[in-house]
Amino acid sequence: MKGFAFGQYYPADSVMHRLDPRMKVIAAVLYIVAAFLCKNFFSFLLLLVTTLFLILISKIPVKIVLRSIRALIFIMAFTAIINIFWFVEKDAQPIFQWKFITIYTGGLFNALFILVRITCMVIGTGIFLTYTTSPIALTDAIERLLRPLAKIKVPVHEFAMMMTIALRFIPTIVEETDKIMSAQKARGADFTSGSLMSRAKALIPVIIPLFASAFRRAGELATAMECRCYHGGEGRTKLRILKYHARDVFFILLLLIFVGGIIAINIFGSRYGWVYTM
Amino acid sequence: MPLIDIKNLSYAYREENGEPIPVLKNIHLSVEEGEYVVILGHNGSGKSTLAKLMNMVVDDYEFAQGEIFVDGINVLSEEITDEDVLTLRKIVGMVFQNPDNQLVATIVEEDVAFGPENLGVPNPELRERVDRALATVGMSEYAHHEPHRLSGGQKQRVAIAGIIAMMPRVMIFDESTAMLDPIGRREVIDTLEMLNREKGITVLSITHYMDEAARADRVIVLDDGKILLDGTPAEVFAHGDTLRAAGLELPQCTALCYELMAAGLELEGPFNTPEQCAKALAKAWREKVVD
Repeated sequence: MKGFAFGQYYPADSVMHRLDPRMKVIAAVLYIVAAFLCKNFFSFLLLLVTTLFLILISKIPVKIVLRSIRALIFIMAFTAIINIFWFVEKDAQPIFQWKFITIYTGGLFNALFILVRITCMVIGTGIFLTYTTSPIALTDAIERLLRPLAKIKVPVHEFAMMMTIALRFIPTIVEETDKIMSAQKARGADFTSGSLMSRAKALIPVIIPLFASAFRRAGELATAMECRCYHGGEGRTKLRILKYHARDVFFILLLLIFVGGIIAINIFGSRYGWVYTM
Repeated sequence: MPLIDIKNLSYAYREENGEPIPVLKNIHLSVEEGEYVVILGHNGSGKSTLAKLMNMVVDDYEFAQGEIFVDGINVLSEEITDEDVLTLRKIVGMVFQNPDNQLVATIVEEDVAFGPENLGVPNPELRERVDRALATVGMSEYAHHEPHRLSGGQKQRVAIAGIIAMMPRVMIFDESTAMLDPIGRREVIDTLEMLNREKGITVLSITHYMDEAARADRVIVLDDGKILLDGTPAEVFAHGDTLRAAGLELPQCTALCYELMAAGLELEGPFNTPEQCAKALAKAWREKVVD
């Protein structure tokens, strides 16, 4: 587990990396909305082209971007198959029929649309949030965006603090897990052979000391934080000041134009009866 | 008025069966501003509890008796307010044993900023404090690193920077070198000595390493909750037997010098550090050759 890095943050120097993290959170939400608004062939084409454009300007290697969809391949294949086989088009000739299996052209297009939608959504939000925004900047952005909720007693600061501490301690605890596993191996523990049940049982002597030490760490950290005058979010200042720049405004405008474009294509599509409307 | 003034302090914690276990017994101690004090003691001598009491981070004050004045604030007073506690912690900064368990943020400079952020220090002063604190401990080039990629000594220096950025008048090091390798230990000791000599910060260092004690202005030996010895390193090291009885060993070089003196060689002190010891031996050698 050496070299473990949390999240998929890919350090590079691109416009996307320099955009304000708050703006990127909003952009990610807008992008998801846009992906769901798409209704016909041309709007999906626009979505696909825009996603490719995003990959291009974020300077993230395509190989790394594609890695993020690999985890979803099963779900994507499953939805695609369901759409192909269960789609029934009235008054249309099936393009394939064998026993109980009937496939319509509409079904194929439907499956394709859903694949494009999922892919673009995952890649789009990935580029806005995880690839180009460091976890700490993301936490910061979420805290600031949700700050109005603090007025109705939502513990926004506490939530952000917990996120930061979790991010800080993940590598430490991964390292510790490694150490404990080695220590147990040295005592003859076997984590790799036997049935699933016995392997799970072999992990108990790892998990118990890990928990014990995590609680001890939490206690010590709380003391250290108290010593450094931590008393909740009240009256706290911040080292990092987030500032919107012209590029942020420009980018959000572009994104709004993109969403507008999709809506326009949808409207034209339904007026002129463009094919394969979902 | 001394910066820290402890009068007749006793403390006990409660065992699981409800019995109080005494940890500190009738401690009288005062520390002046600018002193470099090392508190020595073996495990269970009460040295850590003493440090934690000065910063009000013990869990239970039920069996705390006596008075601890820090810059005029009585820590053990019944009427102490939350504001007093914050003021106290602003005056007294504390560095703990495990460097991993005191770093809060995922980036070095953010962690250093944590203390002053809590104090509500506005920018750009905040930025200046962070940069200055990192420069003081020599970690400026690591400002944007992740703490978990640093060595133990570097982490501990970041933790120290986090306290310096709060501009305390006293810094307490609670066994801050115990978990470090020899290189990390030297880094931390050099840093705390520099803080005292150059920045004028009062340093209270709790340890069981004798060679760290040798570099201080004043050494206090705690044993079984009582102050056993209190004086300059040379004065304290002269009581080798008392130290041994308290479970502490003299630094090897100092022990050597005392053995040689016991064997009849005439040596002139002080010999707290290997350098001083070497000097004393060289001098004795030269005199002998001349004779």
